[in-house]
Amino acid sequence: MTSLLDVENLRVTFPTRSGSFEAVRGISFSLGRERLGIVGESGSGKSMTGRAILKLIRKPGIVTADRMQMGGTDLLTASEREMRRIRGRHASMIMQDPKFSLNPVMTVGSQITEALLTHEKLSRAEARKRAVAMLDAVAIRDPERVMSLYPHEVSGGMGQRIMIAMMLIPNPEILIADEPTSALDVSVQLQVLEIMDKLVTDRGMGLIFISHDLNLVSNFCDRILIMYAGRIVEVCQAGKLHEAKHPYTIGLLNSVPDLEHPRPRLDALQRDPAWREAPSVSALT
Amino acid sequence: MSDTSLRAWLLADAPASRAQARAAAWYAGWLKLRGNTLAMAGLVVLVLLILAALLAPLLATQDPFVQDLGARLKPPGWEGHIFGTDSLGRDIWSRIVYGARISLYIVALVALVAPLLGLIIGTVAGYMGGIIDVALMRFTDIFLAFPRLILALAFVAALGAGIENAVLAISLTAWPPYARIARAETLTIRNSDFIHAIKLQGAGPLRIITRHVWPLCISSLVIRVTLDMAGIILTAAGLGFLGLGAQPPSPEWGAMVSEGRKYILDYWWVATIPGLAIFTISLAFNLLGDGLRDVLDPKEAGQ
Repeated sequence: MTSLLDVENLRVTFPTRSGSFEAVRGISFSLGRERLGIVGESGSGKSMTGRAILKLIRKPGIVTADRMQMGGTDLLTASEREMRRIRGRHASMIMQDPKFSLNPVMTVGSQITEALLTHEKLSRAEARKRAVAMLDAVAIRDPERVMSLYPHEVSGGMGQRIMIAMMLIPNPEILIADEPTSALDVSVQLQVLEIMDKLVTDRGMGLIFISHDLNLVSNFCDRILIMYAGRIVEVCQAGKLHEAKHPYTIGLLNSVPDLEHPRPRLDALQRDPAWREAPSVSALT
Repeated sequence: MSDTSLRAWLLADAPASRAQARAAAWYAGWLKLRGNTLAMAGLVVLVLLILAALLAPLLATQDPFVQDLGARLKPPGWEGHIFGTDSLGRDIWSRIVYGARISLYIVALVALVAPLLGLIIGTVAGYMGGIIDVALMRFTDIFLAFPRLILALAFVAALGAGIENAVLAISLTAWPPYARIARAETLTIRNSDFIHAIKLQGAGPLRIITRHVWPLCISSLVIRVTLDMAGIILTAAGLGFLGLGAQPPSPEWGAMVSEGRKYILDYWWVATIPGLAIFTISLAFNLLGDGLRDVLDPKEAGQ
C-alpha cells in the first residue's frame, strides 16, 4: 500500500520554566488510504499529533521528528510558504466546534469559496457552483440559501457539515478530524460521521480520526492507535479491539458501559507508571 | 404604507425577511439613541452644523472675506451684523457659518485617516507578534509619549502650515490609541478557531489580517472614533489658534479666536463667538459619541 503520510519518531516539546514538557514523545505511524483512529484520554497528545503534522503547533512548541513525509514533500524542511500550499491542498483538518471555527462576520458562501479561489484559478461563478455542489454533498438542504447565511444563523450540526465542506472542497488527500463530533448532539453525530465517511471513501482520502470515544472509533475506523502520555501504547485493527492486550486499552474498554454485558460498577482506570516509560509502539505499515 | 404599520413592520417579533430584520435592528438602535436626551441634543446640534456648512452661502448675510474697515469691531446686532464684526470689519456670523465647513472637513478626514492607520499598525503588530509586535508597539509608545498638540505642532512645523497638513499632522498624532485597541482585539481574534481553520486551508498572514481580522476590529474602532471627534476639533482649533492650521483669511474658528485675542478686553465678542462655536461642537460630538457608543457597542448591548 502506498502511504500518504509517514511519520517517524515525532516529538512535540514545549519549553517551560521548569524544564521542557513533551506532549508527544517519539511516535511513529504511517497513513495509507485508510481511516486511522487515534484514541486516548485528555492530554495524551492526540490533538498535538494532528496539529504537528500540519506544523500548526503554537509557539513556543517545537516539532522534531526523524522523518515526516507527506506525498513527495518532506514536511520537516518545508518552509512556511510551502506549508501554506500543503495545508488545504494536500491535507486539511476539521476542528472540534463549528461555533468557533467559522468566522462570525463572513457568510458561509464566502468562507467556502475563499480557500478554493486561493488554491485554484477559478472564476467566482465557478467557485460558487463548486461550493453549492459541495454543500449539497454534505447533505445541506437548499444550499443556495445557506451560502448567504452567517454562521450564527445555522445550527451546530449544519455548522460542522459546512466546516467539512469547507475543508474538503480543495480536494485534500489527507483529512485530519480532531474530535469532529464532540460538540454535537448525539443524534447529529452519526449523521455527520456518515457524511464524512462517505466523502472520504468516495474520494479515496486518508483520514486521521482523533477521538476519545472508543466505540465510535472502533465502528468507524480501519486501524486504531491508542495513545497514552504522548506515546502509542497499542495498535489494533478496528474489528479486533476486544482482543487488545495492553492493560490501558483494556482499562479504557472496561470503563465504558456496555448494554449487552451490564455491570453493577464500571471499572475505574488504574494507571501504571510503567506505561509512561514503555517505548512507543510503531504504527508504520 | 401608513405610519403605524411601518412601525409594526419594524418592530415585528418574527421578521419575514433578512431586509426586515436588518431594518428592525437599525430601528431598535435608533429608538435606543432617541431615548438618550443628551445624545439627541448633540445630534440636533450636529445636524444643524452640517446644514449650516452645506447651506453656508444661503445663511451667510455677507461675504466672509469682504472687509469694511469703517465698520470694524462693531458689537453684535449692529446694523444686521448678528454677531458683530471683527478687527477688519468682516461679519462674524458669516465667518462662523463658513468656518463650519473647515471644521467638518478636518474632522471627516482625520476620522478616516487616523483609524485606518491605527488599524493597519495594530492588527499587524497583534497578528505577527514577536519582534514586529515589540517594534510597532514601542513606536506607538513614542507617539503616545508626546502631548498631542505639541506633536501636531511639530509635524505642522515640519510639513508647512495649511489645512491639509493640519489634517495630516492630527492624523499622525491620533492613530496610537486606535493601534492599541486594534492590537488588543487582534490578540483575542488570532487565537480563535476560525483563524486556525483558515490557516489550515492555507491562508497567509496578509489574507488573514485583511479579510478576517479587520472586519472584527472595526466595531470597536468606530466606537472610539465617535468619542474622539471632539478631541480632533479641539486639536484643529488649537493649531489654528497658534497660526499653524488654516491660514488667513480663511474663517477657521481657532484662527478667529486667536485674532480676537488682541481685543478681548474691549471687544469681547470677537474671540468669544468663535470660542463658543468650538465649545458647542465639541460638546455635541461628545454627547452624541457617548450615546452612539451605547448603541453600537455590542459588548454592552445586553446590559
